Amino acid sequence: MSHFPGNSQLSRGGEELEKNQIEFRNVSFRYHDEAPWVLRDVSFKIDADEWVAIIGHNGSGKSTIAKLMNGLLFPQEGEILVSGQKVEPDTIWDVRKQVGMVFQNPDNQFVGTTVRDDVAFGMENHGMPRELMVERIRESLQAVSMTDYERQEPHRLSGGQKQRVAIASVLAVSPKYIILDEATAMLDPKGRKEIMQTIRDVQGARNLSLITITHDLQEVTQADRVIVMNNGEVWMEGTPRDIFSEKDRLIDIGLDTPFISKLADELMNAGLTISREPLNHQELLEELWTLHSTK
Amino acid sequence: MNNSMIIGQYVPAESVIHKMDPRSKIAIIFFFVLIVFFANSVMSYGLLTVFGVTAAASSKVPLRFIMKGLTPVWFLIIFTFLLHLIVTKEGDVLYNLLGWKIYEEGVVQGAAISLRFFLLILVTSLLTLTTTPIEITDAIEELLGPLKKIRFPVHELALMMSISLRFIPTLMQETEKISKAQASRGVDFRTGSFKDRLKAIVPLLVPLFVSAFKRAEELAMAMEARGYRGGEGRTKLRELKVGKVDFMIYALFLLVVIGLFLTRS
Repeated sequence: MSHFPGNSQLSRGGEELEKNQIEFRNVSFRYHDEAPWVLRDVSFKIDADEWVAIIGHNGSGKSTIAKLMNGLLFPQEGEILVSGQKVEPDTIWDVRKQVGMVFQNPDNQFVGTTVRDDVAFGMENHGMPRELMVERIRESLQAVSMTDYERQEPHRLSGGQKQRVAIASVLAVSPKYIILDEATAMLDPKGRKEIMQTIRDVQGARNLSLITITHDLQEVTQADRVIVMNNGEVWMEGTPRDIFSEKDRLIDIGLDTPFISKLADELMNAGLTISREPLNHQELLEELWTLHSTK
Repeated sequence: MNNSMIIGQYVPAESVIHKMDPRSKIAIIFFFVLIVFFANSVMSYGLLTVFGVTAAASSKVPLRFIMKGLTPVWFLIIFTFLLHLIVTKEGDVLYNLLGWKIYEEGVVQGAAISLRFFLLILVTSLLTLTTTPIEITDAIEELLGPLKKIRFPVHELALMMSISLRFIPTLMQETEKISKAQASRGVDFRTGSFKDRLKAIVPLLVPLFVSAFKRAEELAMAMEARGYRGGEGRTKLRELKVGKVDFMIYALFLLVVIGLFLTRS
């Protein structure tokens, strides 16, 4: 008898956790009946406040995963739960409020004629009152440091600035999860840096789960966890360090490893001992200057 | 690409006309166009001219922009005047030019009709000169609102217009890019016969259309991802407000209308 209260406490805690999770349960998907399967029996969970990177070469099914999370597509088999709610045609409006998406092409997701109109677009769709919109526009533009551009028209903005507006538009609806579907792929290195900085700031300031879909491995190093997709299946899951220590296998499935990772490899080949896989310049530097003392 | 490109004819300025609600502007212009046809005396024409010119002057739009709007119709104005001069054969003969008799009534009617034209064009071009395209779109959406009852897709129409406005500069930039790309592959847009140049447009239009369709598809997906589901239950950020200025102009316009009917002969 005595263990009952504790037990119910535990299950309530479990439910609470599930409320802030995206879960894929044995999901399979294909575009039509004769088409090959794009995803095969995919299962994973994404927790609250977590930054998960999904990587894989073209056609590995990573973008399909993003569209499934948002109810833009529905799986043929298995189910997807967003905050404990199943994604199906009846629930997509609720789901889309919680799952924000930033796409690859900065131009083709800019709906409004000015920055503020674009940030408002999502809020207008969800029927928010005007006063709240004005307030949220200010807040979210501040979060991506685009306040000075509120009245600007899209053709006067750079690609990076447009993507920051896209992030602001998503933030304005205050979602629990943000998916960046190759959001930096079309940007120059400067724009890419801006966006990554913005993302880090935003994730630090608000309690958000972040899902970045990319084939830029540099981006992956900053994530908490990495899911590697190959041929529609989850091929590997782990921390960036775990993933990059399997360099040979990554290269086998057509993924490139970051420069630092390659350099570390070469150094090891040259006879140096490097105790753990470095993810950035700083870490490699640490390894090198402590080389003698750790020997 | 010119960065200061402005779509349409809008000339930004701080004026009474700029501050007016676009719906008020459209309504007043509509009624003005109607009453212009009621004028039939010197006084009534004078009154309308004063109203039109005052409106144009108070808009603070530089004269050259207003004249630019009138250029395509100057021909029409002069043509109507000449036509009346030749065709109307009433009243006293004013002048006899090598057997061509110019009658008094011809001059009067010609002048009246030309003035009508001038006033119509002047006032209607003030709308596009002092109102941004997006404001006009909002006004049209509001004014057509009642048509929603008969299932007329008012919201969709307005959204289509605003998306078109948003993509005009984007597509123009793209056109320039494609034309440069094709020129570098040897397509000649500038020389040759008219037929040759027309043919040179094809390799420009095909990629432009392909990319426009691709954009449309991606935009639709992005809109859906951001929760777009038609006009139902949607709120709006941009709001139109009828203010003091509007009521003042209404009153003024009402006076002009009353004045017009008093001075008609």
